Order: sequence, then structure tokens, then C-alpha cells
Amino acid sequence: MSMLSLTLIVLVIGAAYFWISQRTVVAMRATGQHRLHSLPHYYGLWTASVATLPALILMLLIAIGQSLLFKSWVQEFYPPELVGQDSFNEAIVLAKVMNVVAGIDFGTPEPWVTAAGEAWIRWSATGNTLMVATVLSISVVGGFFAYRKISPEFRSRNAVERILLWMLGFSSTVAIITTIGIVLSVLFESIRFFRLVPFDEFVFGLTWNPQFEGAERAGSGQMGLATYGMVPLFAGTILISIVALVVAVPVGLFSAIYLAEYASQTVRSVVKPLLEILAGVPTVVYGFFAALTVAPIVKMAGESIGLTVASESALAAGLVMGVMIIPFVSSLSDDVINAVPQSLRDAAYGLGSTKSECVRQVILPAALPGIVAAVILAVSRAIGETMIVVMAAGLAANLSFNPLDAVTTVTSQIVTILVGDQEFESAKTLSAFALALILIIITLGLNFFALQIVKKYREQYD
Amino acid sequence: MTETTVRVLSPQDAIDRVGATLKRRNRSELKFQWLGKSAIGLALAFLVLLFAAIFSNGIPGLFQHYVTFDVTLDKARLDPAGDMSPSSLYSGDAEALVREGFLAALGNPEGRTKTRAARGILSSGSAQRFVDFVLDNPDAMGQTVAVKFAVDDDIDSFLRGFIKRETPESDRRINDQVIAFVDKLQADGRISYELSDYLFFGSASRDAEMAGIRGALIGSILTLFICVIIAFPLGVATAVYLEEIAPKNRITEIIEININNLAAVPSVVFGIMGLAIFIVTFGMPRSIPLVGGIVLALMTLPTIIISSRAAIRSVPPSIRDAALGVGASKMQTIFHHVIPLAMPGMLTGTIIGMAQALGETAPLLMIGMVAFIVDVPGSVTDPGTVLPVQIFMWADFAERMFVQKTSAAIIVLLAFLIVMNASAIWLRKKLERRW
Repeated sequence: MSMLSLTLIVLVIGAAYFWISQRTVVAMRATGQHRLHSLPHYYGLWTASVATLPALILMLLIAIGQSLLFKSWVQEFYPPELVGQDSFNEAIVLAKVMNVVAGIDFGTPEPWVTAAGEAWIRWSATGNTLMVATVLSISVVGGFFAYRKISPEFRSRNAVERILLWMLGFSSTVAIITTIGIVLSVLFESIRFFRLVPFDEFVFGLTWNPQFEGAERAGSGQMGLATYGMVPLFAGTILISIVALVVAVPVGLFSAIYLAEYASQTVRSVVKPLLEILAGVPTVVYGFFAALTVAPIVKMAGESIGLTVASESALAAGLVMGVMIIPFVSSLSDDVINAVPQSLRDAAYGLGSTKSECVRQVILPAALPGIVAAVILAVSRAIGETMIVVMAAGLAANLSFNPLDAVTTVTSQIVTILVGDQEFESAKTLSAFALALILIIITLGLNFFALQIVKKYREQYD
Repeated sequence: MTETTVRVLSPQDAIDRVGATLKRRNRSELKFQWLGKSAIGLALAFLVLLFAAIFSNGIPGLFQHYVTFDVTLDKARLDPAGDMSPSSLYSGDAEALVREGFLAALGNPEGRTKTRAARGILSSGSAQRFVDFVLDNPDAMGQTVAVKFAVDDDIDSFLRGFIKRETPESDRRINDQVIAFVDKLQADGRISYELSDYLFFGSASRDAEMAGIRGALIGSILTLFICVIIAFPLGVATAVYLEEIAPKNRITEIIEININNLAAVPSVVFGIMGLAIFIVTFGMPRSIPLVGGIVLALMTLPTIIISSRAAIRSVPPSIRDAALGVGASKMQTIFHHVIPLAMPGMLTGTIIGMAQALGETAPLLMIGMVAFIVDVPGSVTDPGTVLPVQIFMWADFAERMFVQKTSAAIIVLLAFLIVMNASAIWLRKKLERRW
């Protein structure tokens, strides 16, 4: 029985308990001898939640536990040379077994794979029966005990509200769990990567040339021709981000100033949503636009004045990325400029300044911390942006600061390495996790930095 | 005794002094305004260029060329088993019937080179299309009817003028014989340019003329479904907890910092987490909408939480006081009054979060939704792909027709996003209450 149908059955059981309990207490009240502590539906909700929640949680735990348990059992079938390998290689061997389980044939699998697959099918049949039996009995029995507890004096509303409180509290921890998940998943693989490639070689190395080669396989210790120096990737990322900022910061900032200080209400109400459209366009569309339209234009323009331009130049990717973050800069700056109190403007005008003098000498200095924070957030956006660079920047890891060259970035390398067929147990695959780790550290660091600036330099007007 | 001298400007002096620089100051004022205007102009110009590039390719991409000719529905050859079942039809001789009909339309050319040239004109999916036609029109069996077939993508490109007649034959993707046939078909009025049915109802295909977005669209819907059933309840519950219940202590603070951090994490990192946790550790299959939906839900959670919190905060305290005053419990106040009143804002935030998830590509690449999958996913555990990833894959193909199909797919994606965002705005306007 699939988990979905099991869930539905449990929900039906819950609904039945809800109905029965409600009927029971309504009948009690109808006799006129009792005064119910809570409204009837709270009694129903109480039994229904006792009948469903533990059962559903148990079902999830069993399902996760089963797959982990089977995975360790199935290792008994593996030939000795395959046992005790790292998680990625296990995943590949496991995939073979799972193909047998799913009944997909790719040629004739090795006998041990077939044996393991058949054993898995047996286990999962037994496990499934066990799961269905326990979940259903927990549901029915739990509901029954909850039902037994019902009496007119029973404080069912308080009980239901306590359950609700727990559920709300648990929901809010999902954010923490996710963060931990992200950090751990990246950290473990990165540590394994740093065992293969020394940390300083990774951080300060000047060439990036990951390869799948027998020689650089994990464990053999020889690195062969592959080199993992992330400096070219970061140089590329920074180069493209700088181009993006050169576009986005002036355009975004001046748009924000004009909209906040000069534009009439009508212009504002038309232009602001139009700028927001730029933020709503999916990045894959920007990537397509960059590769198909902007890159040829840049190449043509460059060559017409006698420059050699790579067909996947950093300039094209950076320009489009800049367009993407214009609305980001402008809306954040707009908020900051609008937060400067009117009294400051009035004072400046009272002294006879023109509007632009007021903006330059009063408003911008007052809004500066917020604007700096906005720019830092935009940088963090640009560094983490993936699709535009995957589609429009090259893959050649050139260490170059010429925006007309093709460069590659951290995110596009991560995607290139992890998409498609992977040879899991290799330094190349693991290097993607190390890059991701550095990426997280940088973006979170920038975010933290922006927050500190706002906190420290924010002027309190009141 | 010190003498303080107070210099008082006469009004005329003051006017003169201001007047001396006034012209310059006004000029710089104008210059500043002009800078602002040109910044906005530049941003809008980018927007126009972006849409012009997409639409100029995408609108033609919604159409494609078809050729119509008579095919005989010979029952004996078409349906060997005689039961009109799809398997019988697929094992039948549909391909030869289509070829014969097509050659007849070309005036039965002789010779191998000519027949080969003729064969290259039709899309390689023509037999399949013919079988589908027969399945849809079983009554036509035994008759000779006019059927519409797609032309090969090279022919399509030729008809659109991307493959030029003037190019020397050796450099051209289609030879002179093919061009002669196409000219004949055109002169006979057999070629038509119509809204592409493959685009909306076809599945992924390497042949540009048959490629469609149906599978990707359904994959997107399934993924978003998983995303919304996870992210909406979790987001709203978190927002309610943080705004209404949570004590002001360290744990709450940590949760809030975490939510802000999650909002700043690049989307590709969520994909890496999905790969490492759901696929490698939990052993879930790759490429399935279930995993994609979970990853996107975790990614959009901060958006939903932040907008839901704002919505809850905008409910005035007097509502809560009134509810508590007539004897409602804390939870009753929240669930009967605060949440219903904040619902429009929460829904708006959720729709915006979903629009963001619909356009997201990078995390789904990480969990393998980039695989080439022909079957349309039937459930959340079938391998599938999504619309933005389909666009990404098509963008890689070199054929000219794929550029247009990609742009057409982008138009479809943008249409969905516009509908979602417009409904969010409408919802806010319609249900928003000013207190």
C-alpha cells in the first residue's frame, strides 16, 4: 500500500473519530445533566488529532528508517571490494540494486545485484505490511483511548490548543532545520574534498582544471593533471559582478532618486511596477537573452572598433546580470530615501537649496548607510546568481580581468560539475561542494555585513 | 573693549550674490533631473529590448509549417490485428502509407535520390501523427482523406527564410531537389503556416518540429503543487508563531536570523542540499517533482514567512483585544480573527513565492530534473522536468527552430507568471482592508 493511500485511510479514521466524538458529547449535552467544558467540535478535534498525528509522524519515521535500514542490510550482498566505500559510490551501487527492484533491466545485472534486489523486494513487502499494520493500529487504538477520555468535564479545548501550539512551534523550527541541513550537507563533502586537495591549494591555487582521471581518484592520493585552484573562478565571479554593479548601481540609484524626489504620483505608479517586472523575469530567461541577443551585440560592437571579444564575454553576462539587479537596487534605495524625514528636506529648501542640492547634500548622506547596504546585498545577489552565467559565460577558467574575455564563475562550475553524469567518488564532484561552501560563507558574510552597516549607522530621527 | 562687527548684507547684495551663481545652480539642477530621467529610460529600454527579443522570436515560434496531402486509410495494411488497438496500429504499415500519399502529392517522382529528398521533407514523427489521427477518426477507415503533417525543421527554417536559396548547395542543409519539391508543394497550396499543435501537446523531443512543452508544463504544475502544500502551511504557521505566540527570547531570535539567512542563500545551494539530503542520504529517486517541490518549498519559505508576518502585523491590536474581551482564548483569537483578516496578505505573499518558484531553474538542475524525459509525468514520483529547465535545455540546441520554440516556451512561462502576479495584485486590491 502506498504512503498516499495509507495517509488517506488514516485521515478517514480521524474524520470518523471526529464525527463519533462530536455526536457523543452532543448527546451528553442533550440529556441536560451535563455542561460541556468546551464546544462539541473541540472534543471531535481532540480525538481526531490523537488518531491521526502520531500515526502520520510514525509513518514518516518508519518510511525514512526503512530505507536507511535496508541500505545497510543490502551491503551484505555486495562483493567485498565494494563494501566500506563512501556515500557517493554507495549511491551508484544502490542505484543498480534499485533498478532490479523497480524491474528495469539494463542488460543482465551481476548475480549479487539480482539477489540483493530480490531481498530488497522481500524486505520492503514485509516492511510495508508492518508499517500499514502499526500505523493503522496506532491510529485506531490512539483514537479509541482519546475517545475513552472524553467526558463533559474534559478540557478538550485546552488540549487541542496545546497540540496546535506545538505544531506552530515546530513549524518555526523548519527554518533552523533547513539551515542546519544546508550547512551539514555542504560541510561534510567539503571536508572530504579538503582531505584530497589541501585547503591552501584550493583557496590560493591559480589554475582550475578539474578532470575525471584514474590518477586523481579518491584514495590513490595522486592528483594527476587535475588542479583545483579557485582563484580564477573567483576572479571571474568578481569581474562579472563588477560589470553588473557598474550597470545596476547608477541606473538603480538614479531611478530611485528620480522616483522618490521628482516624479509625479502618476509617473511613479507607472514606472515602479514596470521596474518590478525586471525583477520578476526568471533568470533562465535572462540567460537566454544574454546568450542569444546581448552576447552577439557585444561581440559585434567590440569587433567593429577593432577589439577581440570572446563570444561568451564577461561583459555580456555582466550587463544582463546588471539589468536583473536594477530593480533590486532601486527598490531598496527607494525605501531608504523615502525614510529620510520630510523635515530635513524642508530645512534644506528653507535655506534656499535647489532640489538637486538637497538630494546631494542632505538626503544622500542621510540615506548613505541604507544605500551601501543595498549595494552590498546586490553584490551578494550577483555572486550567487547562477543561470545567467551558466548560459552566457563560458566554462574556460581564465584568470583574466579583461571583461571582453570569457571567464567562468563559481556557480556555473557548480552546475557544470553536478549536472549530468557524475563520477561520484572523485575530487571533481566533491569540489562542487567545497565551492558551494565558500559561496555560502561569502553571501552570508555580505548579508551580515550589510545588516551591521544598517544597524550601526542608521540615524534615528524622531 | 572688543568690537564685534556684524556684517549685514543689504537685500540687494544678497540678491546679487545668489543671482551670480543661480544660473549655474539651475543648470546643474536640470542636469541632475536629466540623469534621473535617463536612468529610468535606460532601465525601461532594457525591459523593452528584452521583451522585443523574446517576442520577435517567440511569436513565430508559436506557429509552424504543415503540409497537407491525401492518405489512403487502407485497413488491411494499417491495422493488421484488425481490432483498432493502438498496439495493432503501431505495428501496422502507417509509415509506408504516409510515404506513398506524400510521393503521390509530389507527382510520384522516380529514382532514389528523389524519393530520399522527398522523405526528408516530412517530420520523422509523421507515422506516429498518422496513427493518432486514425485513432481519433476511426470512421475514416477505408477512405482517402486529407491529413496535415508537420514538415521537418530544416524545411520549416527554409520556409521562414533562415536557410537561403542563394546559398551554394554544398553549404546548405537542404539540397536543390528538396527545394524544388517544396516549391511544388507551395505552388499546389499544400503548405500551411499554423499555430503549432506540437508546442502545446507534444513532449520533449530532439526533433525541433515535434518538441513540445506539455510534459514540462505538467511537471511544473506537479512541482508547484508539492511546493505550495508544504510551503503555505509551514510559512503561515511560522509567521503566526513568531508574531503572536513566541516569547521574546534567544531561540526566537535565532529563528528570525535563520529565516533572514535562508532568504540570502543562493538558490543553487538549495539544490545542492536537496541532492545531498534527499537523493544521496534518503535515497529518493532523481528527477522527481516530489523532491523538486520540497526543495522549492524550502527556498520560498522565507518569502512566505516575511509577507505573512507583515500581513499579521497589519491586523490592528483592537481586533485581538475585542476577541479576548468577549472571552475568546488566545488560539481562538488567532484562528478566528487574526488569520482570516491577514489571509489576503498571506495569499498574496504565497502567490508571489510560487511565481518565484515557477521561474526557478538552478536548484532543479542539481536534483536531476534536467534529464531528457519523453513521458509526461503522471504523479509526483514520476521523473519529469519543469518549464524553466526545458527552456534551459532547448536553449542548448543549435537548430534555428529551437531558438523560436525556446522563445515560445518563454512566452508561455511569462504568461503564467503574469497571471500569477496579476492575481496577487488583484487579490490585494480586492480583499485588502485599511484600518
